[in-house]
Amino acid sequence: MSSGGRRPTPFLERFGVTGRALVVALPFVWLLLFFVVPFVIVLKISFSDVDLAIPPYKPLLEWVGQNALAIHLNFNNYAFLFTDSLYVNALVNSLKVAAISTLFCLVIGYPMAYGIARAQARTRNLLLLLVILPFWTSLLLRVYAWIGLLKANGVINNLLIWVGLIHEPLTLLYTPLAMYIGIVYSYLPFMILPLYANLEKMDWQLLEAAEDLGCRPYQAFYKITLPLSRNGMLAGSMLVFIPAVGEFVIPALLGGPNALMIGRVLWDEFFSNRAWPVASAVAMLLLVILVPFMMWYQSVQARESAGAK
Amino acid sequence: MNYRRSYFIITALSFGFAFLYLPILSMVVFSFNASKLVTVWDAANSPTLKWYFSLLHNEEILDAAWISLKVAVINASGSVILGTLAGFGLARFTQFRGRFTFNAMTTAPLVMPEVITGLSLLLLFVALEQSIGWPAGRGITTMTIGHMTFSMAYVTVVVQSRLATFDSTLEEAAMDLGARPIKVFFVITLPIIFPAILSGWLLAFTLSWDDLVISSFTSGPGSSTLPMVVFSKVRLGVSPEINVLATLTICVVTLMIVGVSLWMARASRLEKIAA
Repeated sequence: MSSGGRRPTPFLERFGVTGRALVVALPFVWLLLFFVVPFVIVLKISFSDVDLAIPPYKPLLEWVGQNALAIHLNFNNYAFLFTDSLYVNALVNSLKVAAISTLFCLVIGYPMAYGIARAQARTRNLLLLLVILPFWTSLLLRVYAWIGLLKANGVINNLLIWVGLIHEPLTLLYTPLAMYIGIVYSYLPFMILPLYANLEKMDWQLLEAAEDLGCRPYQAFYKITLPLSRNGMLAGSMLVFIPAVGEFVIPALLGGPNALMIGRVLWDEFFSNRAWPVASAVAMLLLVILVPFMMWYQSVQARESAGAK
Repeated sequence: MNYRRSYFIITALSFGFAFLYLPILSMVVFSFNASKLVTVWDAANSPTLKWYFSLLHNEEILDAAWISLKVAVINASGSVILGTLAGFGLARFTQFRGRFTFNAMTTAPLVMPEVITGLSLLLLFVALEQSIGWPAGRGITTMTIGHMTFSMAYVTVVVQSRLATFDSTLEEAAMDLGARPIKVFFVITLPIIFPAILSGWLLAFTLSWDDLVISSFTSGPGSSTLPMVVFSKVRLGVSPEINVLATLTICVVTLMIVGVSLWMARASRLEKIAA
């Protein structure tokens, strides 16, 4: 500061590399290498043949003879996905399960987020803490808790028998119901938090104005609160829906052997069948379906942060 | 505020929180149950701490916890560096080439199903090993790289939103007075966003500590993490030791979260007084 004059141009800037570029470069290169490039490799392997080798796939490019490069592009893995009904069924079922779970999260989460947003400052922070806390506790352990609740001699059955409502334990664990409960339970905080962030910014005087002008509370809610919280609902729904489509842990632990979810199919192809090319094709198919939703989520986020300014 | 307490909202909140907390509570209660059946209360011998002692002598779980701890600490520290840089770049540089791509790359790991990320990382590591010989085999290094890739996305969001709420005029003033950008960052920006960085570190730690799917894809022989061991046990049904593990996890997380939020509440009060 004492010299006050112009500083000599830093070494790197002479080559057009600015400090700004350096700040972004490290995370940029990291994500490019470990997030984007891997997808290119998945794409490549999805076109390979299964091989009984380590790693279990055949090379896509091969030097044959002196200067000839042979490309073994093979669409069989994709064709296979559509000939065996297992994959299409699993995919359709995953989309269905994720959509229904998202709807339940929205129905349960909206009133909660609304209640938290309208609570007094002190209570609000406490309630918010209570939403965040399970989110920080291991997902695996929280899903495990439901095994203890739902199994044949579990807490719920014991309670119902003790009360006298039932005499034989109900089959709850390893059913679709158990899987839905698990997904809604695990993803509920992901719905509440963006909804709360959105509702918290709401100008509640709008509601008062509407009521002063003769609007009934539910009308005011329907005409003002609901449309204004659209971005929050969309963001929360995407945060639940997208990962839920590919969910593996919850169907594996609560869903039983018949719970056909695409994430589980991918896992089994990879770990049990060692069919890496088929697993890659499944991943690519799933990605193609989910990318539009991810782009949608990003545009909702952009709108939301633009609106906040 | 003319807001009437609605019974509907209060009921919804009560049921919602009961739904979120009763399962957690049941694990805590049954961790003191003597019976091996876990959910059938053995009134004669309970409550007992015997499963706590047996967990402390379970070598498999302790070894896995040690591996998880190493991965989680390295991951959290690395993710904080990468995520802070990314969050700072996104919040402060509103225009640069590739910003759209960069933004998309930092958002996508948040929602990407883990099976896809895990599979793609493993295939990358296999391809790298074949072509350049690194990483030789899979284990802690590859798991940490995998965890950092998705954890840094969370840190980015936390840091970016903290930077968006604080006024950049402070930074500009310092630069007008002749401070170098790098000095401004360390003297002004970093102390202000420190709470965000701390919660980013804790978040990254927890994400790594809990991760099952990406670890399963990227781990090698002899490097099973705690969630991997828990998963293989839980697949066979309930186990009293897992209830103990859950109870301990919940205690640590609760203490940590309550501590950090009290500290942050105090920091923001001080900030308000100063302003």
